[in-house]
Amino acid sequence: MSQSNAGMLHTLGRIRKNWGLYLLLLPAAVLLLLFAYIPMYGVLIAFKDYSPATGILESPWAGFNYFEKFFNSYQFDITIKNTLVISLYSIATFPIPIMLALMINQMRANRFKQVFQTVTYMPHFISTVVMVGLILILLSPGNGLLGNLFRLFGAEAPNLIGSAGMFSSLYVWTDVWQHAGWDSIIYIAALSAVDPSLYEAAKVDGASRWQRIRYIDMPMLLPTAITLLILRIGGLLGVGFEKVYLMQNNLNISSSEVIATYVYKIGLLSSQYSFSSAINLFNTVINFILLILVNQAAKKYSENSLW
Amino acid sequence: MNAVEAVAKPAASKEKRRTFDVLEALIYLFAVMMLILIVYPIYFIVIASFSDPAAVAGGRMWVLPMGFTLDGYQELLKHSNIWIGYKNTILYTVIGTLISLAVNVSAAYALSRKDLAGRKAITLFFIFTMFFNGGLIPTFLTIRDFHLYDTFLVMVLPFSVAVFNIIVARTFFQSSIPGDLWEAAQLDGCGNLKYYVQIVLPLSKAVLSVLALWTAVGYWNSYFNALIYLKDQDLYPLQLILRNILITNQMQSSMGTGEAAVIAMRLANLMRYSVIIVSTLPIMCMYPFVQKYFNQGVMIGAVK
Repeated sequence: MSQSNAGMLHTLGRIRKNWGLYLLLLPAAVLLLLFAYIPMYGVLIAFKDYSPATGILESPWAGFNYFEKFFNSYQFDITIKNTLVISLYSIATFPIPIMLALMINQMRANRFKQVFQTVTYMPHFISTVVMVGLILILLSPGNGLLGNLFRLFGAEAPNLIGSAGMFSSLYVWTDVWQHAGWDSIIYIAALSAVDPSLYEAAKVDGASRWQRIRYIDMPMLLPTAITLLILRIGGLLGVGFEKVYLMQNNLNISSSEVIATYVYKIGLLSSQYSFSSAINLFNTVINFILLILVNQAAKKYSENSLW
Repeated sequence: MNAVEAVAKPAASKEKRRTFDVLEALIYLFAVMMLILIVYPIYFIVIASFSDPAAVAGGRMWVLPMGFTLDGYQELLKHSNIWIGYKNTILYTVIGTLISLAVNVSAAYALSRKDLAGRKAITLFFIFTMFFNGGLIPTFLTIRDFHLYDTFLVMVLPFSVAVFNIIVARTFFQSSIPGDLWEAAQLDGCGNLKYYVQIVLPLSKAVLSVLALWTAVGYWNSYFNALIYLKDQDLYPLQLILRNILITNQMQSSMGTGEAAVIAMRLANLMRYSVIIVSTLPIMCMYPFVQKYFNQGVMIGAVK
């Protein structure tokens, strides 16, 4: 009893002594409380028949009605399928930045290496709006670069933007074009931590360039790669809203409607607040479970995990 | 002379000759192909913005501008909403970045201190929001309840906490600011706040520049918050205006018929090229100045 009292007094003393630190924490904590934790409480409306007039607490309970409504709607299969296809396709391009980093690490012409890095980082700074604008302009079969190229060879350009079948490829590969260089930075940083004497020793032992990549560089990148992969899989159902929404049109909607865009349309465009929140909550919970599962698996099969 | 050189750097020159192998040749070949694939589309947009739209549409422009014209840029000057958007974006970016840096870096410093009572719980309070959130509608309703909907403030304040940036800055403080420094300052009667402002911040220029860059680019390029939380056109940031010019009108403009419609469509296309240049240039100009911090910044974040 007296011991815990002493402990408490000690803690209070530490808090009083460091009051300045709590002052520094205050703005961020208050902002999170107001704009992250209060909305979390607002998730309750997924289980209620919410109407703005009655408020969250007074609205009648709806139980799992809105979840069932989503599971039984014909949009359920479509949005889940589209989200998964785009997500898995993206994850499949995951090794590209790694290969890029291994490549850059092998370049000895310093001037060229610098130019190459600068140029491959650059598209990352293009905004999503401009990026989708570029896609529409350049790949237009009528008067875009792609159309011109095809006509140069006397062929008719395909309409990539208006094709449902090409949507996921278009989405994923333009993403690779824009971000692969930037995403490789973290691996380049990891490679720069390799002890040069390792390479020397390998050379003395007669290891070829390829063997040095395979047995020194690649193991060096593994922890970073696994950490990033866990995070990616944790976001499996979280295909970003911004780019998909901008790329959508009437012709490709059957493969471009993902959970995030559906939540937006149901919620803000047709004001079905409770239904939209239920769909979103379902999405968040699945992501959360996936993150924990993948982290467990990573812990079990390798020494790398998030926590 | 050859001999002297060989003595000066024997290993290097020998190695250079011996190991320029197939793998290396392939790497350079592949790299050059990638450079073309990235640079040419961007270059195409640049020269197209100065060219006769008929030449671009007819596929006659490939390497140099054809039928040099500034019509696209002149057309831009007529659209006042672009310039209002430009002004708004600059304000959101500058004010938003300042708020975000102040809030995040301060919190990060406090969390980096091992003698902070309740450090674990507070860190969890922050990190939890990375993986779980209320989602679109509950957040929207909260913003509306606080009367922030359709205000200037909603663009710079509510979402300025970036937990990832806090973690990066915290890691930097932990690994780069020696703990002894605080002990010494304390003996001199220096309090936490004074120490943070006068000692820690001046020592943290690297991490501050990296975070400032990330945040500023994020503000400059984002359109989501504006799409959700703004209604008044006069508050629209540049990206939302761009969306109307580049994307939403895409389908409509290709529908008209007749000579006048063709000309109007070509001018609209030309303006698209110029607006891409005008809106992306500021970020691209910033880029060389801060590039040296990139690798450093990622390294800071990677330590974890």
